[in-house]
Amino acid sequence: MTKPDEHKEGIGGMINPRRYGIERVAYLLMRLSGLGLLAYFIGHIYETSSILKGQVGWNEFLELTQTNTGHAILAIVIAMCVFHTVNGIRVMLGHGGVGVGKPARPDYPYIPASQNVRHKMGIYSAIILAAIAMMYGLAVMLGE
Amino acid sequence: MAQTTSLAENMSSSQSITLRIARYNPEHDSTKTFMEFQIQYEKWTTVLEAILDVKKHFDHSVAVRYSCRQATCGSCGMIINGKPRLACFTKISELNSNIITVEPMNNFPIIRDLAVKFERLFDTHHKVKPYLIRDDTEISTNTKEFLQSPEELEQYIQFSNCIKCGLCNSACPTMATDSSFVGPQALAQAYRYVADSRDKGKDDRLKILDDSHGIWRCHFAGSCSQVCPKGVDPAMGIQLLRGYMLGFRS
Repeated sequence: MTKPDEHKEGIGGMINPRRYGIERVAYLLMRLSGLGLLAYFIGHIYETSSILKGQVGWNEFLELTQTNTGHAILAIVIAMCVFHTVNGIRVMLGHGGVGVGKPARPDYPYIPASQNVRHKMGIYSAIILAAIAMMYGLAVMLGE
Repeated sequence: MAQTTSLAENMSSSQSITLRIARYNPEHDSTKTFMEFQIQYEKWTTVLEAILDVKKHFDHSVAVRYSCRQATCGSCGMIINGKPRLACFTKISELNSNIITVEPMNNFPIIRDLAVKFERLFDTHHKVKPYLIRDDTEISTNTKEFLQSPEELEQYIQFSNCIKCGLCNSACPTMATDSSFVGPQALAQAYRYVADSRDKGKDDRLKILDDSHGIWRCHFAGSCSQVCPKGVDPAMGIQLLRGYMLGFRS
């Protein structure tokens, strides 16, 4: 919790992805995809609970996912899942100190070793793989 | 409110920018306001020099903290065109903008205008025990100083460059919402001492940081490292420190 006199940036500052490069974009996408997957998980439990209404109730609910809106939501879920997984592996490795560079005497202009090309490649890979998976998912769902 | 300065009227190659300075006194202001000044500058003019120019010629009541003017004391940290920077280490010409907006650093309580309180930063810094911990001392008769190889020095020398300017804490997304988070400055300093081969206080420090508002609240956004004016790279230090806690390092 924040106190009013602390001059905190707040949620608006936390989710602003524009000032600190692709790493901050990945930070935002990680949070959004995590919340999105949590929402999907809750919705999925609600969906599967419809089986308690019998086969008719189950089929009625399943038809909702066969609409254009249902396909779009599932495609977004696929993208979120892939991004969260790939970027999560990158972040977990980083959290263990893997791939963040080695300490060394810094020289001007002080390019931070922890923001290295391996991590940037990891972020771009997560985004590209998520886009590919989403398109593949749409192709399967739309039967093309 | 617009004013015009003639500070550099005698300079032949000077250009002009608009300097917007945030004004806020928590004792009687409810919101932050901005005052605008037209400033002449040369290619080597820093933002701090422009602010001091305003103080000298137009409004001496502008509150700003500064001291060394050479990125050593860590006093003049502020938000310059949206990013935390040292005013004395930022040239107007490198900002590529005709409007320079200066505001107090985020995530620090405001004293007045551009000056912020550093108490919490110093408290968290002290919390991680920023000194060598060991039972014996090198200050005794008939002993040598604690020896260290160049390789051992390399493990922490980068992190000892910290000038406690607070820019990393201002850029951190976790600091933006969590008042209890220990912050990248203190975490990087914890690593600085944990990685020091002369230090024996690793377990003490890791116990302090093993908290829900400690090291686990860092999500490796890396903004702290991008704004550090001394090349400390707090994000690296924090991840390496966490490597100790997760068993990746010993």
